[in-house]
Amino acid sequence: MSRTRYRDGARAIVPIALAAAAFAASFGVLARAAGIEPVAATVMSATTFAGSAQFAAASILGTGGGVAAAVLAAALLNARYAPISVSVASLFEGSPLRRLVESQLIVDESWALSRRPDGRFDRHLLIGAGVVLYVCWVGGTAVGAIGGEALGDPASLGLDAAFPALFLALLVPQVRSRRALAAALAGGAIALVLLPFTPAGVPIIAASAACLIGWSRP
Amino acid sequence: MTETWVVIGLVGAATVTLKSVGPVLLGGRPLPTHIAGVVSLLAPALLAALVVTQVVGGDEEIVLDARLVGLAAAIVALLLRAPLLLVVIVAAVATAAVRLLV
Repeated sequence: MSRTRYRDGARAIVPIALAAAAFAASFGVLARAAGIEPVAATVMSATTFAGSAQFAAASILGTGGGVAAAVLAAALLNARYAPISVSVASLFEGSPLRRLVESQLIVDESWALSRRPDGRFDRHLLIGAGVVLYVCWVGGTAVGAIGGEALGDPASLGLDAAFPALFLALLVPQVRSRRALAAALAGGAIALVLLPFTPAGVPIIAASAACLIGWSRP
Repeated sequence: MTETWVVIGLVGAATVTLKSVGPVLLGGRPLPTHIAGVVSLLAPALLAALVVTQVVGGDEEIVLDARLVGLAAAIVALLLRAPLLLVVIVAAVATAAVRLLV
């Protein structure tokens, strides 16, 4: 097992961070279309730092869905961060405040990147990647929100299709065992079945149940 | 505008809390092995669900549109062992092209 540094994580995440900056810019554009001012959109990216939840909250507000629906949808979409943060809990040390602050760098991408082939997680990869992603995410949001219409329609640029491509590219290296493949297929199937019947966020949370395939096996 | 800031405050607080559950309550202690086995499968399960919800997800419905072409293009790029950024760009360009032409 080779030693890693924070900059290894920072370097490895650059391709994803560039895509994240583009998504953040599209969030800025969409937030503005939903009536959220550039400052508010940027503050949301800085305090929430979780793309899908932000998109969900903004779109619900924009279509008049109300505060409760927007908050619930976003919280459901982010509920996965409870088990995710538990999975990497041992990487965080120091005072509770320090752990609280550092844990905000946990996002799907930094977490997936920091997972070693043996199933353990690497603190340097997670924090290094998380910092780069955070800067790109907040900066991209500000650029998108201020730049506004000049970027054009995110859908016509195909940015919405970049999301699944990104998650698929992150998924492929994770599927190294039969159990991992089974968990991926089950998770995808659960999400697909629930998609037409449940609010946004529920299919993803329910899919996490597929990880129970790994219960008490060596 | 007040509505917007209430949502931003509540969503931010919820997210900060969820992300800190493990590190603040469990920091420094390793997970029991039988739980670690479960957690190691969270990534494939959740990533697969994210692929599905992002590619065919609509407003509580399944929507088949140009995103599927983008994902197909991404699969081809992955099979050709393209780097991640290229995979993402290929997906976006393919989707944008379909929307432009159809």
